[in-house]
Amino acid sequence: MFGKIIGWIDDRIPMTRVWNMHIAQYPAPKNFNFWYFFGSLAMLVLVNQIVTGIWLTMNFVPSAEGAFASVEYIMRDVEYGWLLRYLHSTGASAFFIVVYLHMFRGMIYGSYQKPRELLWLFGMFIFLALMAEAFMGYLLPWGQMSFWGAQVIISLFGAIPVIGDDLTLWIRGDYVISGATLNRFFALHVIALPLVIVILVFLHIVALHEVGSNNPDGVEIKRKKGTVAEEDKSKFKFHEYYTNKKDIVDAIPFHPYYTVKDIVGVVGFLILFCWVVFFMPAMNGFFLEAPNFEAANPLKTPEHIFPVWYFTPFYAILRAIPNKLMGVVAMGASIVVLALLPWIDRGSVRSIRYRCGLHKLNIAQFVVTFVILGWVGATPQTDFKTLLSQITTVTYFMFFVLLFVYSKNEKTKPLPTRLTK
Amino acid sequence: MMKKLIIGLFALLPSLTMAAGPSVPLMDANIDLKDNASLQRGAKLFMNYCLGCHQMQYQRYERTFRDIGIPTEIGQEQLIFDGSKVGSHIKNAIDKDDAAKWFGAAPPDLTLVARVRGTDWIYTYLKSFYKDESRPFGVNNVVFPSVGMPHVLQELQGLPTPITEEVEEHGHTVTKVVGVETDGSGEMSVDEYDRAARDLTNFLAYVGEPSRLESEALGLKVIGFLVILFILAFMLKKEYWRDVH
Amino acid sequence: MSNAPVDNGRRRFLTIATSVVGGVGAAGAAVPFIASWNPSERAKSAGAPVEVDISKLEPGQLIRVEWRGKPVWVINRTPRMLEQMKEHEGQLRDPASEEPQQPESSTNEYRSQRPEIFVAVGICTHLGCSPSFLQGGFGEKVEGTDDGFFCPCHGSKFDMAGRVFQSVPAPLNLEIPPYTFLDDTTILVGEEKGVA
Repeated sequence: MFGKIIGWIDDRIPMTRVWNMHIAQYPAPKNFNFWYFFGSLAMLVLVNQIVTGIWLTMNFVPSAEGAFASVEYIMRDVEYGWLLRYLHSTGASAFFIVVYLHMFRGMIYGSYQKPRELLWLFGMFIFLALMAEAFMGYLLPWGQMSFWGAQVIISLFGAIPVIGDDLTLWIRGDYVISGATLNRFFALHVIALPLVIVILVFLHIVALHEVGSNNPDGVEIKRKKGTVAEEDKSKFKFHEYYTNKKDIVDAIPFHPYYTVKDIVGVVGFLILFCWVVFFMPAMNGFFLEAPNFEAANPLKTPEHIFPVWYFTPFYAILRAIPNKLMGVVAMGASIVVLALLPWIDRGSVRSIRYRCGLHKLNIAQFVVTFVILGWVGATPQTDFKTLLSQITTVTYFMFFVLLFVYSKNEKTKPLPTRLTK
Repeated sequence: MMKKLIIGLFALLPSLTMAAGPSVPLMDANIDLKDNASLQRGAKLFMNYCLGCHQMQYQRYERTFRDIGIPTEIGQEQLIFDGSKVGSHIKNAIDKDDAAKWFGAAPPDLTLVARVRGTDWIYTYLKSFYKDESRPFGVNNVVFPSVGMPHVLQELQGLPTPITEEVEEHGHTVTKVVGVETDGSGEMSVDEYDRAARDLTNFLAYVGEPSRLESEALGLKVIGFLVILFILAFMLKKEYWRDVH
Repeated sequence: MSNAPVDNGRRRFLTIATSVVGGVGAAGAAVPFIASWNPSERAKSAGAPVEVDISKLEPGQLIRVEWRGKPVWVINRTPRMLEQMKEHEGQLRDPASEEPQQPESSTNEYRSQRPEIFVAVGICTHLGCSPSFLQGGFGEKVEGTDDGFFCPCHGSKFDMAGRVFQSVPAPLNLEIPPYTFLDDTTILVGEEKGVA
């Protein structure tokens, strides 16, 4: 009976074929480590954001008069409304945590290198869409930080020569941030950008499955047809779509091996996530900023204005440069340069495991730089911190310059012929 | 015009982020959301002394009574002074414009004050009014300089006098208020007033996030469940991966 | 569809155990989403019991109050109305109020706590219109009965105890809400005190 139903469906849409091609008989390298959890976790958080987001819109009032009160209505009057809201607000931060770690994984194992450039670019577009999504979402509670944060960020567009002023006016739809701005941000936040993100995620996965996953060794598991001895081939059955073109070594089917492994990752993540949701949803002001519990007041600026933590590294680059236009340009460049990684890195060895010592140092300094920038961008400015942000802005871009230089004739370690454990 | 506004905003930004926080260390509020007696005393203080000017426009009486263990009838009788229905929000009838005229600014809503300011700040604030004849209401506050509000708990605490200290600042010697000392003219002893301030802070903390206790109780169950699921999932993974290793 | 080369009892047990526990978790995760559709505190507050002052309610008079967004009738029935109710019992669908359309305290011949004061939700049990009170003009609908309720939407007829007549579309008697006499002149509609 069950088989009959499956057969009926398979005659009409390629359900079983897609399942086998992309899940049950999809060859994945057998040596994925901790860093490979964050792709599936990003997907989990995306689903969380969409579902809790839909539920929040059921009670949210997208108007300057009603937004703040409707959030408190959700927090107090709606059954479990507080939980839905905290899942969504914590999910926003969690999204950036897993995405940053996911991107870092790509950097250390060279996952952006040929032939995965487009995969990386789709990832960068997801990151951009996510930043826009988070920024617009942050205006919706209509608290003081929502209002003034949006005011500052939208004003950045005013730095663009000639059209700047008209552009900011057009984005706001008013002379200040107002109900008009809130309404358009709401529309983009709840439907337009989520749609874009879901489509980009789909393309990201299509691209991934076309070129196959990279792995911590950065060595391909797909070899030229006929070059692998029979006893060296993987003992598992893979879809002929892959085996017809290539010989496959050191691979395992995604399901069940990585599904059961990802479940462990998912539950482990949920333990940490729920800890924050239930016990410290404000995360000491990092996930929910204290001034945002005060309704937006266009006549009173909060003492300190900071973006939420996930924007602070880029915000610090903006603040480091004492010229408004150049600050905006530098901030934009700091993101564009990430997207250009596949072409900046001219090396042929992917994984940090087999690359030169300078590369390891360079990545280490980049991590330190990113953390310092994040901290500087999240705390009040002092002379020392301004200097620090200027130094780290230089070291941020230095990472890419150095990489471009040394990767051309890099002295690398010999690559293993097969994946190591 | 727009350009100037934007430039002004940017010029403002660094100076705003430089603005200093409170100049005195805050006292530890040490509240306990599970202490219903304290919350009930706090609610009573709020309804008697604060609600005249400050609303809790997002919080309902009924929910408050239920959460802090006050039977609805008793709450209705003893804590609702304006004849509001028990299901209504905790509001007053003060006119915003009048209030702004009297105090310089309309008294802020206090539903979320504990989340904006923090409990330690509120506790310290309640204990930091002092006599200052130069102010319209004859009082000032250590953590909220030039405060626009009178010391409404004066009948309980009495009128404290400031403790000052000479400090060097930018090469000048200035007199700074670093603390207060009560004159003992209030109905309460120092310890009683401390308790009252703590009770009121506790109540404001509860109202700031009424779901806190429910959240923590549910959170423990959820995490306990996830730990069990984690162990199972981990064993399942190990079992399958025997094929690979 | 799995292509695992081996299979054994332990593996099957762990798969089932994880699936079951995971399924329980998924069901638990659905609870807040489902529960959030219940009436909120605001809705409950708006639907709180309503006090009705009946000190000025003349015999034969009907007043309407709103409770949970629905019209609730309070009628001071005259002795004649009470008298006539007994005469047409043969033409009613449920003269003895056997269907649970009223609280325990109103399950009696008058469908009320006190014979003269009648409280009912003024919504036809057919499709939700509000019937009209035909005072003295009900005779043309039902012979021998001066007063009753007539639903303009589909012609359902009810007597002065909200009992439905036969051969009309409405299937049930009018609903009696829970209510309490706080004192002789005040009714609290929406809550029956002393009854859990």
